[in-house]
Amino acid sequence: MDMQKAKGKVVSVNESLVGVIITQGAVMNGEVAYIVIEDGKRLKSEVIDVKTGQFVYLQVFEDTSWMKAGDLVEFSGLLLAVKLAPGILGSVTDGLQNPLYELAKKEWFLERGLEVEPLNNKTKWHFTPTANKGGFVTGGDILGAVPEKIFKHKIFVPFSLQGVFELIEIAPEGDYTIDETIAKIKDEAGAVQELTMSFEWPVKMAMPFYERSVPEKPMPTGIRILDALFPIAYGGTACNPGPFGAGKTVLQHSLAKHSQADIVIIAACGERAGEAVEVFKDFPKLLDPRTGKSLMDRTYIVGNTSSMPVAAREASVYLATSVGEYYRKQGLNVLILADSTSRWAQALRETSGRKEEIPGPEAFPMYISTLISAFYDRAGVEIFKDGSSGSLSIIGTVSPAGGNFDEPVTQATLLSTGAFWGLSRTLSDARKYPAIDRIDSNSQYPSLLKKEEVAHLLELLRDGKSIASNILLMGEKGITDETYIRYHKAELLDAVFLQQNSFDEVDGVSNPSRLRIMFDMILKIIDAPLNLKGKDKIRSHFNFIRQAFLDWNYMKIDDTNFDEQNSKLLNLIKQRAYATEDL
Amino acid sequence: MLQKTYDKIDSIGRSILSIKAKGVHNKELAEVIYPNGDKAFAQVIAINNEQVTLQLFSGGFGVSTNCKIRFLGKPIQVGFSDDMLGRVYSGNGKPIDGGPELLTDMVRIAGPSINPVKRLIPKEMIRTGVPMIDVFNTLVRSQKIPIFAKAGEPYNRLLANIATQTDADVIIIGGVGLKYDEFHYFRQRIEEAGSKNKTIMFVHTHRDSIVEGLMVPDLALAVGEKFALQGKNVFVLLSDMTQWSDYLRQVANAQDQIPANQGYPGDLYSQLASRYEKAADIDGAGSLTILGVTTMDDITHPVPDNTGYITEGQFYMKDGYLELFGSLSRLKQQVNETTREDHRSIMNVMARLLSEAEERVKAQKFGSVKDDYSFRLLDYRKTFQKELMDPFRYLELEDALDLCWDILARYFKKEEVGLSSKLIDSFWPKEGQYKILKPHNNE
Ligand SMILES: Nc1ncnc2c1ncn2[C@@H]1O[C@H](COP(=O)(O)OP(=O)(O)O)[C@@H](O)[C@H]1O
Ligand SMILES: [Mg+2]
Repeated sequence: MDMQKAKGKVVSVNESLVGVIITQGAVMNGEVAYIVIEDGKRLKSEVIDVKTGQFVYLQVFEDTSWMKAGDLVEFSGLLLAVKLAPGILGSVTDGLQNPLYELAKKEWFLERGLEVEPLNNKTKWHFTPTANKGGFVTGGDILGAVPEKIFKHKIFVPFSLQGVFELIEIAPEGDYTIDETIAKIKDEAGAVQELTMSFEWPVKMAMPFYERSVPEKPMPTGIRILDALFPIAYGGTACNPGPFGAGKTVLQHSLAKHSQADIVIIAACGERAGEAVEVFKDFPKLLDPRTGKSLMDRTYIVGNTSSMPVAAREASVYLATSVGEYYRKQGLNVLILADSTSRWAQALRETSGRKEEIPGPEAFPMYISTLISAFYDRAGVEIFKDGSSGSLSIIGTVSPAGGNFDEPVTQATLLSTGAFWGLSRTLSDARKYPAIDRIDSNSQYPSLLKKEEVAHLLELLRDGKSIASNILLMGEKGITDETYIRYHKAELLDAVFLQQNSFDEVDGVSNPSRLRIMFDMILKIIDAPLNLKGKDKIRSHFNFIRQAFLDWNYMKIDDTNFDEQNSKLLNLIKQRAYATEDL
Repeated sequence: MLQKTYDKIDSIGRSILSIKAKGVHNKELAEVIYPNGDKAFAQVIAINNEQVTLQLFSGGFGVSTNCKIRFLGKPIQVGFSDDMLGRVYSGNGKPIDGGPELLTDMVRIAGPSINPVKRLIPKEMIRTGVPMIDVFNTLVRSQKIPIFAKAGEPYNRLLANIATQTDADVIIIGGVGLKYDEFHYFRQRIEEAGSKNKTIMFVHTHRDSIVEGLMVPDLALAVGEKFALQGKNVFVLLSDMTQWSDYLRQVANAQDQIPANQGYPGDLYSQLASRYEKAADIDGAGSLTILGVTTMDDITHPVPDNTGYITEGQFYMKDGYLELFGSLSRLKQQVNETTREDHRSIMNVMARLLSEAEERVKAQKFGSVKDDYSFRLLDYRKTFQKELMDPFRYLELEDALDLCWDILARYFKKEEVGLSSKLIDSFWPKEGQYKILKPHNNE
């Protein structure tokens, strides 16, 4: 039977929410529709609710100006989907997978109704088949591979195909575009299908795991406070909520640069366009020390920034996630950075309000927490048929109203993530970056340091905090020299180890071996006995050490003076530790 | 285009009206025609079958059920031409300076945002001569940044200073809810500075309707964007965006929208963002910089809160001073590495010491400040405020940096400040020889 695609006409327009009466055919919840407005432009939208009386709600991914009652609606019969194929890496698209550089060739502004091919369909990729003609395959099986930038991109039988198919034809090694046929398969009933190197996946649907495993291997991020105290694991999830200006985006950018993931996907969701620009204009110039290639080669950016259509926020988050799942299926470690998930939640709130749904706290829809946990649940470690594995980690920013974590989006996120990095205004005001709360943050994943080492540091930090409040109440004179020394040790740990200048090429990243060297030094300082008397002398002692340590932090590990500074620091600790007289 | 007139008005509210009409476009411009022939503008904001909701530019007061609505078959547009420079317009785009109406090209307002790939990474410092800005929170071309302040602080003076003392090619002032004397003040400052022929004002005062006030940023930004596309460096000043947000709240409430926080609509963030994001340094063209004012009592209030999440920092003004804490320029690191070698370090050290001093201020309340170092910190704080936080003290950046060194040297020993030995050798003032700082009376 030839399925006739549905048609309808617009009956109501309220910003991005459009009511439509179906005039012909059947409509599926979640399918894509196009509204044809007076000037012939076709505005992409999605069915978000099917009501009685042939009435459906669409959310329109474009500005709805000039739409009117009676405008034609054409339904596509297809769910909102992402095109998966070689060519995603290094690209920058909007939330609906339109490549921004391609759009810019047509117009300087993001004019509505513009759609371009999501992936370049002219580029030839060098395909090497690995599956054999005459064999049997199913969805997710590998047909061959093409080299893509930094790795070998496996070509799959589309994941959506279920059942067993006979591979009746497979292309020989050679150069093909993503839309050329590279294989033919036949199902049990004898129906033949042609396969290309690309296929589509509905973005809102989580890709099933072949087999799921638990995240337990720490992923080095280069950020000391994280790797030491509040780590993230491959396949794990983390959130970094914080008030504006506390350093959420700088943290995310730093993670994008330095994390030891194979692929990084940045979902610039409802935040400043300029911040995405910084990434896609800088990354091509930066080298990834792990591959020796441009950092952009491992990066994909989805931008639905704050002045782009709000209705596409949700799509942008899911688009990023589906691409992430796809690269996990490639056997890679993928990291998704979403800044900010609150903007996605707010977009849902806007639509929900227009639909006049019953609002929950702060007018967010009741189902917000379900959606948030389902999103983070798409992260994880996957084990494949051949025993190899891949992972997808998700780190989401949360932007709570008034910086108050006691709000629905932060709360739902805390329940769904394995690590919590709370950014604090007090710390950022004091320029103690990254302004991640040293006491209230936590992580369920293993650290790059040993368990007892972590405990040692946390204990010192807690002591430092309580001594600080005693000093506040009683003054420096109100506490003993011994306590004062303990206080300064905690301060030093904070100043030279936990604080890190993201904008410095050297200090901005500490790989695991450097982290270890620095930690060992810190430990020496903490554990060294100190016989100093008098607050001024103690303060001055730590000033000297801090200065020397900071100078050290800015030296490259292979610099000749790195070792010199190392010895200088050791001497300083030793000499001054036993000096009771002023030096 | 065919203009249709309808007279079946269903309901009239403070700023919206509902009528039965056919073939009407979303966001179409319309005219309310009063029985005596007077006219006022309105705009379609929602359609439900034949039920059309309009936003009334002159408010709902005085509109009667025997008014007629004529749909004009076009969206809201604003004039654009060089001849607009030096002129003053209202929130509905009409000249209010007594001058003639101009025949200009019309351009769309509230258009789509520029493709991010057409944006340049901002990299050019704008020197303001204000130490708290140039040293601590450097302003960068194409930045969007508001002043956060209580009503009554001299924010408009600072806004006017920055606009007139810097090198803008075109200044566009968008006044929302201005008091008459504020309007007068801007006009006077622009004239005194000899900037009149590069300035356009869009002004909404308290006697005008709130819907006109809502239009002001869109008009100002649409015109500003056009100039920027022609290669000009444009400054748009928006004062006061808190008033603007309140108008937005009133209109949303009139439409029975479910409020999110403190009555503000859930899309306050998106609404503010679509305006502020017009700021851009455009590849192959000019730039648009936005300086705003957000009056506030409490930074967690929805308007400053949402604003802070959107803008590239904020200048926090309190008791006539520009505060260090609470102020932020998110773009400063794009430019302050290449100004002078000590800029970044001195900025960080001064801030760290000030935050240490703030701790002592708290401690003072418990009477626990007794040691010499703490006393020095407190004196440092006083001098910092007096010498650096005055937004109306003009200092070149280099002088301001020297002043910072002078202040450090007055209160601290070299090893107490945590600056690299290299910088200390180059910049630490010789005993008692300050470059900028005036000696104490007792020194
Ligand atoms: N790790 C850091 N090192 C130095 N400065 C930082 C760091 N993190 C944040 N900052 C400063 O704080 C500003 C705001 O940070 P950002 O990440 O944009 O905040 P948020 O995303 O939380 O609003 C930055 O522009 C920068 O000046
Ligand atoms: Mg941010």
